[in-house]
Amino acid sequence: MRNEPSDILNEFRLGDLAAFETLFRLHQRAVYGWILRIVRDPSAAEELTVETFWRIYRAHARFQPSRGFEAWARRIASRASLDWLRTQRPETELPADLPAPATTDPAITDEIRRKTAQAFQRLPPRLRVAAVLAIIEDQPHKDVAAALGVSVSAVKLRVFRALRLLRKDLEKQGITP
Amino acid sequence: MSTNDELHMKKLLQQALPPVEGNLEPGRDLWPSVLRRLDAKTSALPWFDWALVAGLIAFAAFFPASIPVFLYYL
Repeated sequence: MRNEPSDILNEFRLGDLAAFETLFRLHQRAVYGWILRIVRDPSAAEELTVETFWRIYRAHARFQPSRGFEAWARRIASRASLDWLRTQRPETELPADLPAPATTDPAITDEIRRKTAQAFQRLPPRLRVAAVLAIIEDQPHKDVAAALGVSVSAVKLRVFRALRLLRKDLEKQGITP
Repeated sequence: MSTNDELHMKKLLQQALPPVEGNLEPGRDLWPSVLRRLDAKTSALPWFDWALVAGLIAFAAFFPASIPVFLYYL
């Protein structure tokens, strides 16, 4: 986590645009990366980064410098991403430029992979975000909890429920995971 | 769901949706878009201001005698 000079944080809190730009330049990459991990769509991630920084600036008076900018920004970014996921139809096609797995298990066919990805898209967004960050992106539960504004046990519960629903969905399609 | 099932589902999910890696940078400078967004949003009236204006118009339509009172306080 970066440490910004406290005067920049205090100036931002007072609504100073130059301080906000400094913070934007320092954190846009991290915020964009975090959003991309959740939404997995580069163009949506760009739009959501803009939306996140707009929300950040709008809430500048509520910012507490002692709690750090990055964690706060990440929390706002997670909320913006979740709002966006809620507006997407579950049938939306996955972006074509999704990364391929580094190592593929021969027991898992392309068809199973595709159906799993589609079933994952059908999960409630709240569960999907927790699962994508904790399982796919391998982020520590503590960080996921902080970003989502919930407890670590709530993250674990969401991940468990996501996996259970995913399994049920696949079983309905005749796939026994 | 047993622990084994859970581990298997995790593995399956990781195979279906691999982690986002590599260049995690936006393809363009987003600062101009942030500035445009700030300008657009700050110039727009919030919804409750519109609701207040609509309420005042409705009130004036039902009670035309109140119009001079409003004008006096403007």
